[in-house]
Amino acid sequence: MRALIKYIRPFFAYISVTLTIKFIASIMELLIPSVLATIIDDIVPTGDKGKIFLWGGVMALCALTALLGNIIANRMAAKSAGGITQRIRHDLFSKITYLSARQLDGFTVPSAISRLTTDTYNLNQLFARMQRIGVRGPILLIGGIIITLMMDIGLTLILVATLPVIALLVYLVTKKSVPLYTRQQGILDRMVRVVQENITGARVIKALSKTTYERKRYDKVNNELADMEQYVGNIMAVTNPGSTLILNLGLTLVVLVGAFRMNAGLTTSGVIIAFLNYFTIILNAMLGITRIFVMWSKGEASAKRVAEVLQTPEDLTVLPGERENTENCIVFERVSFSYEKIRNNLTDISFALKRGETLGIIGATGSGKSTIINLLMRFYDADSGRILIDGSDIRTIPTEILRQKFGVVFQNDFLFADTIEENIRYFRDIPEKEIKQAAETAQAEEFIHTVGGMEYAVSARGNNLSGGQKQRLLIARALAAHPEILILDDSSSALDYRTDAVLRRELARHHAETTSIIVAQRISSIKGADHILILDGGEMIGYGTHAQLMKTCPVYQEIAESQMGTAGEVSEDA
Amino acid sequence: MHEPRSGKRKKYLLGRLWKYLSHHKLLIALALLCMLSGNLLALLGPKLSGNAIDAMGIGYGSVDFPRVLYYVGLMAVFYLLSGVLSYILSLLMIRLSRQVICRMRKDVFDKLSILPVGFFDRYQTGDIISVISYDIDTVNQSFSNDLLQVLQSIVIVVFSLAMMLSIAPVLVLVFAVTIPLSIVFTKFITKRVRPLFRNRSKKLGELNGFVEEMIGGQKTTKAYGREKEVITRFDLKNKEAVDAYNKAEYYGTLSGPSVNFINNMSLVLVSVFGALLYLEGGIGLGEIASFVQYSRKFSGPINEIANIIGELQSAFAAAERVFRLMDEMPEKPDAEGAKILDDVYGEVLVKDISFGYSPDKTIIHHFSMKADKGSLVAIVGPTGAGKTTIINLLMRFYDADSGAIYVDDSNIYDVTRDSLRGAYSMVLQDTWLFYGTIFENIAYGKENATMEEVVQAAKAAKIHDYIESLPQGYQTVLSDNGINISKGQKQLLTIARAMLLDCKMLILDEATSNVDTRTEQQIQAAMRELMQDKTCFVIAHRLSTIRNADNILVVRDGNIEEQGTHEELMAKGGFYSKLYYAQFETY
Repeated sequence: MRALIKYIRPFFAYISVTLTIKFIASIMELLIPSVLATIIDDIVPTGDKGKIFLWGGVMALCALTALLGNIIANRMAAKSAGGITQRIRHDLFSKITYLSARQLDGFTVPSAISRLTTDTYNLNQLFARMQRIGVRGPILLIGGIIITLMMDIGLTLILVATLPVIALLVYLVTKKSVPLYTRQQGILDRMVRVVQENITGARVIKALSKTTYERKRYDKVNNELADMEQYVGNIMAVTNPGSTLILNLGLTLVVLVGAFRMNAGLTTSGVIIAFLNYFTIILNAMLGITRIFVMWSKGEASAKRVAEVLQTPEDLTVLPGERENTENCIVFERVSFSYEKIRNNLTDISFALKRGETLGIIGATGSGKSTIINLLMRFYDADSGRILIDGSDIRTIPTEILRQKFGVVFQNDFLFADTIEENIRYFRDIPEKEIKQAAETAQAEEFIHTVGGMEYAVSARGNNLSGGQKQRLLIARALAAHPEILILDDSSSALDYRTDAVLRRELARHHAETTSIIVAQRISSIKGADHILILDGGEMIGYGTHAQLMKTCPVYQEIAESQMGTAGEVSEDA
Repeated sequence: MHEPRSGKRKKYLLGRLWKYLSHHKLLIALALLCMLSGNLLALLGPKLSGNAIDAMGIGYGSVDFPRVLYYVGLMAVFYLLSGVLSYILSLLMIRLSRQVICRMRKDVFDKLSILPVGFFDRYQTGDIISVISYDIDTVNQSFSNDLLQVLQSIVIVVFSLAMMLSIAPVLVLVFAVTIPLSIVFTKFITKRVRPLFRNRSKKLGELNGFVEEMIGGQKTTKAYGREKEVITRFDLKNKEAVDAYNKAEYYGTLSGPSVNFINNMSLVLVSVFGALLYLEGGIGLGEIASFVQYSRKFSGPINEIANIIGELQSAFAAAERVFRLMDEMPEKPDAEGAKILDDVYGEVLVKDISFGYSPDKTIIHHFSMKADKGSLVAIVGPTGAGKTTIINLLMRFYDADSGAIYVDDSNIYDVTRDSLRGAYSMVLQDTWLFYGTIFENIAYGKENATMEEVVQAAKAAKIHDYIESLPQGYQTVLSDNGINISKGQKQLLTIARAMLLDCKMLILDEATSNVDTRTEQQIQAAMRELMQDKTCFVIAHRLSTIRNADNILVVRDGNIEEQGTHEELMAKGGFYSKLYYAQFETY
């Protein structure tokens, strides 16, 4: 919570006013019963009707002040809580957006999302409620105790003595139930996972006739969850009857002791009656305060999770460095890299591309093709070796300038819920004409026309488009800003060969100046590239043109033959 | 579906909910008993304390100790009993809600498992999950706890009212003014507030949706350097959410102080009129004190009820969502007297099938074909031409609108679905793995599969070496953010799973699209061996992988444009040959 103080600080004055108003309103509420006592004890015996109405008016005035004060204070509380939350959320979202890929891997995407949604919501609730009941509860409690102290110190001590017992009870129950509650959340997560798996795997489960098995699996976790909920519930259920009982017994004790004190002439029956009244107020205040504690601990957990992200230091800083003179656009110099720092994902990779050249990368599943892209775009820093763009080490180029050079389609890249046009534009400042042109080059024009034009609403993750349609939109996105470097990571796998071929032809025609890196499974997609890099287990096992590799690289030959058979040879002559 | 009137609808929902509760009549009866006795005992407290105070007399030395002790003793016992009873009540209610919630979750899940796959194509996963976790919870909370609270409040109200009437019937008239006032006011507020709260949830949902989407696509945003623009958009959503929140809060927090105010006003009226009444000699001082105490108890629950009615509204909405899901049309049951398809030989005949996902848009038109036992049928064609639809029909994930499909000599609509689906092994483009060890994932389709069999399947699928390289080997747990496993490797695991099955027919829907061609070639060799004399249906973009198919179906716009072997189709020089040559074009 301390880390978030700086968000609360600008609102200090505002919150002070809120709390003051709340304070006044609470005092007014507290006064009402004592005015009642005044009427009964002091006014009524005099028989003065005018005074009864006068004091009745005073009571009404107190009630009215309390009403206005509470409404104003509550609104102010909501406003400042909203303002604080809005700022925290903004900073948190910005921070997450600028986190490096490795840092986000560390937090994991689902966790980052829940920090931004659930946790900031909890904080909002906390800020608002703390202001609303955080003042009222203590004032009623302390005020109640002060008033009773003035009435009879002896009896008040009995009352005060019961409070620590209640506090202890609440403390013990909370201490026991909070870890159990966390465990219950864990089981709930597991149940949700089973449901999720059953939804996404509906086809497979039905195909394998595993419905009964899945039901059993679900029943197990469902029962486990229900048992846990019951267990936690039974423990938590002690609080309310427990504390009510303690207070009621205290009350009984007050009557008993009161009887002895009265017999000794130390107190009056009127005082005992008033005492019983204030007892109820104090009981409620006490319960309110315990709720504040529960709320606080929940908010504290959220605050911790939010602060953890906010305090993450910046990664991938820009280093000073000189630009070398070279005609090469992209250079990898003996680059090695590992994600987990256990086993190298890339070992000793070197290549050089001139402006306008194309590099094709091919290799087995998991051989490190996408990792090369991750390093080139500086999502991660290489462990050793250098990567140069136009003669500058990429670590010396400010990130925004570096990334501006690229147009890229990742494997399983993402589309979002908006129009086709916005999905291609992707928040950049690109005129409509160029978007159209990019769509044309990407062979997306035709299907865009069929589904209803550029205004067609793409649903979240592009769920209403086919695999091939998605890929063409993504390629259009990559082309729209005429990037210096174009990267296509296995991004035409869902296209049929014809479309793929036309696409390549159009790319060559309209983007001849663009340096391209194409990762592919199909030989045909990279066959015409100026350089082809063959990866195996993170190592280069071949580098050259198609013709060279057909002669020198057995693995490449094997791939080519498996995909094209003898026809491969024929087409070379064609 | 027609929308029933809201009163009728509520009745209907309550009826259905009662069905869940009605299994536990004894539990409910016990709970009611505890509630009633516990509350009455507690309510007698003030009366007893009053008696005790009476027994103290009027001052020094006049205390009648035996009587005071008697009443104090009774108080202690009553409070103790009431405490115990209310704890027992909580235990009973928790037990009841455990039974109901568990049953409801089970019913929803059981329903899910018999829904057709089309349902999951239409609805978002998150939506369904929120029904099973959030909605059921809401329903349960409200119907086990809130209903009890209402009953409890009624007891308190009735009892306090009776006590007040017995003390001073005239003073009760005060409430004839303030109670309706407070009810009308609460109703007015709830009505205004409800759309605001709905808007608040909606805006918050939008914000969450945006966050989920954009953080999921963080890499793309970075790649294009669009962080600032995305943040600007976020700020807009953030502001909307906060504004909606505040607006709802403004009105929502109005009701608490206002109802308090009305209560305080009734206290004012009671004291003023009580005092006047005393002057007229109509009431004693002690009686005023008791009356005030009971009047506090009396108005508390009335507000409570007003609040709870608001909560019940949201519970009704949640119940509606739960029951709507339970009422979804399940897969058509198997035809009466459906046979079990066993001893499958492996011949598939498709006869004049037409089909569309929605009635107004037919995708497959009059499609026929025949696959002999042990043959390889390839389905090719451009994106979105209807290839996967054919598989959906073969496996009966959807039923054709007209025409028939035969396996051997049985019409597939006359056999049980389980036995039909059991006759196929299937590998889909979208790999499905669950949270569990690699061993469990591969062995999923075959009960009691041994380690040896699993290893053999993994070897055939060329994924064994990779699995062995993991520290935990086959016991490695596949989780969302655990080991770094590529999409291609996931595909290999699902292929291994399919290889473990002993079926006469095999379906591969783009099963190797993310696997490199060399590995693919190697698996295919293994697969061919495994699939000797089995009928295979293969969908693939890479035409090289299907060149030796016995029959190639070329699908275009839902029609079978051509059929034949590779040689025949090439000789014909039609659409297929164009597709085929396209893959060798360099540009």
